[in-house]
Amino acid sequence: MTLPVTGVSPEQGDLGPPGRQALRLFIRNKAAVFGLVLLAAIVFMTLFGSFFYDQDPSRIIARPLQGPGEGDAPALGTDYLGRDVLAGVVNGGSTSLTVALVAVLLVAVIGVSLGAISGYYGGWIDVALMRVTELFQVLPALLFAMVIVALFEPSTRSVAIAIGLASWPQTARLTRAEFLRLKNLEFVKAARASGASDFRIIWRVIFPNALPPLIVSITLIMGAAILFESGLAFLGLGDPNSQSWGLMIGLSRQTFLNGWWTVTFPGMAIFATVLSFSLIGDGLQDAFNPKLRGR
Amino acid sequence: MNHITARVAWSLGLILAVIVMCFTLIHLAPGDVAIVIAGDSGAGDPEVIAEIREDLGLDDPFLVQLGGYVGDVAQGDLGTSYRFNEPVTELIVTRLWPTFLLVGTAVSFAIVLGVLVGVFTARRPESPISHGVTVFSLTGYSMPVFWTGLLLVIMFASNVQWFPVSGMRDVRLEGNWLEEWIDVAHHLVLPAITLGVIYLAQYSRLSRASMLEVLQSDYVRTARAKGLAERRVVYKHALRNAVIPVVTVAGLQFGQMLSGALLVETVFNWPGLGRLAADSVFQRDAPVLLGILILSSTLVVIINILTDVVYRLIDPRIRVGGASQ
Repeated sequence: MTLPVTGVSPEQGDLGPPGRQALRLFIRNKAAVFGLVLLAAIVFMTLFGSFFYDQDPSRIIARPLQGPGEGDAPALGTDYLGRDVLAGVVNGGSTSLTVALVAVLLVAVIGVSLGAISGYYGGWIDVALMRVTELFQVLPALLFAMVIVALFEPSTRSVAIAIGLASWPQTARLTRAEFLRLKNLEFVKAARASGASDFRIIWRVIFPNALPPLIVSITLIMGAAILFESGLAFLGLGDPNSQSWGLMIGLSRQTFLNGWWTVTFPGMAIFATVLSFSLIGDGLQDAFNPKLRGR
Repeated sequence: MNHITARVAWSLGLILAVIVMCFTLIHLAPGDVAIVIAGDSGAGDPEVIAEIREDLGLDDPFLVQLGGYVGDVAQGDLGTSYRFNEPVTELIVTRLWPTFLLVGTAVSFAIVLGVLVGVFTARRPESPISHGVTVFSLTGYSMPVFWTGLLLVIMFASNVQWFPVSGMRDVRLEGNWLEEWIDVAHHLVLPAITLGVIYLAQYSRLSRASMLEVLQSDYVRTARAKGLAERRVVYKHALRNAVIPVVTVAGLQFGQMLSGALLVETVFNWPGLGRLAADSVFQRDAPVLLGILILSSTLVVIINILTDVVYRLIDPRIRVGGASQ
């Protein structure tokens, strides 16, 4: 039986005064709030866009390669087959966001568990796990992911798994560093002295206190995962049956010189999404760490 | 010195682990290579497939295949490409130079310009340019590199034809070595800027941060107090320490740069390793993919060690102090 350690440690201390202060700082940060609004708009467009712009992105609706405003072209023009670019942009986000979300969950689960175990137990466990981490770190991520996706059939699932597998080491290292920093502090010692199990100390005592930098890092990795997914899709390594901004650009590679709009608008969508995550991540960083502002 | 020797020894183990892991991964993949090859040459008949399996040793136990492969790699033999039917080592070596040229130019451009911008803005932290750097570093980081490339092509190779759209050489050109070099350099501009801009964005911000920190340190205050000219303080004393994080980060990002180069090479039809990898992926040319994975991981390992050495050379505190932690 474990004794309750309440009152000894800042367990779940995240929503306490420091959390509230961070929230206040975050809300005052204009760039971060802009990022949040931008992200909300993109998510809204992805979820509900088709209610407002009900066009099938895979249907040929007009002459190919008509620019915005030319002839009978829709608002953002048509691609090399005569499909509606705006419909593609509206519908292209779901794949990117789904893949990135699943990949980041995978990164968080693998990275945080391995990093936590490594940092908490130290010794040979740490050495062994960090060597595995290093092994994954020397493999160029995109190349590694390409090989996985190509060998195991391109699908939304294989792309997400590949991105997750290629991206977790950074999170593992960060988690480990936080655990190394925190594990010898007074409140952890107190929890240990009161008889808390290792599992409890790792997840209920240390982990909540390691959260701020991890949240920042995960937010930024979310943006990176979107770039990653769009890169793979651009190369043709995505689910061929799904809509994706990267795929739209990749398919227009041969014809983009005759239609700048076919690559520009889908790219802007990717850019805006990644930018929103960068701004939010930056804002969180400043909010958790007011001393580092403006760096 | 001991530290470096230990790292080299460990790195050899690391590379071996990379080989074993990638080989196993490719072995686990569904689909039969023999069928792919047989399909390519137009025959699906079982005898041909059996012969190919025999030739490639695909029927041997896994550990025998793995052992054979590791032995071959140790001798510099990465096998034969299924598609080109040429030694993988040769294929890779001919593609290595263009990739090096691209990544090397991009990273030099990013470091030199990034540090200059960083130093300039650190001395004027509240200036519009300094705020511009913050914005630029966020936008530069958030742009998909292949999109940046396509936009640059639209702007500078199509709207105004200052640079070629793609490739590394003009095939029609017949000139002396100097003209050939200028031609390659001309082709290199857009790809190198495309790849370099991401890192330029990061390095200007990074060097500004470290410069701001260094400019507040005791030794800079001492240098100022003894009456050194501000120029000398900044460029002789502070700059050196502000460069360290940039060089370290650049070294550690080498793997990432190779990934970026892969996309840039695809956009610009640049005849490097990345194009070879992208082509081989669709052909399921496993020996080439394995070879590129192994070689690029080895390069990452080597660059990491070099970064460590350079870091110790630039920063005497680490050399004298011994322990780096």
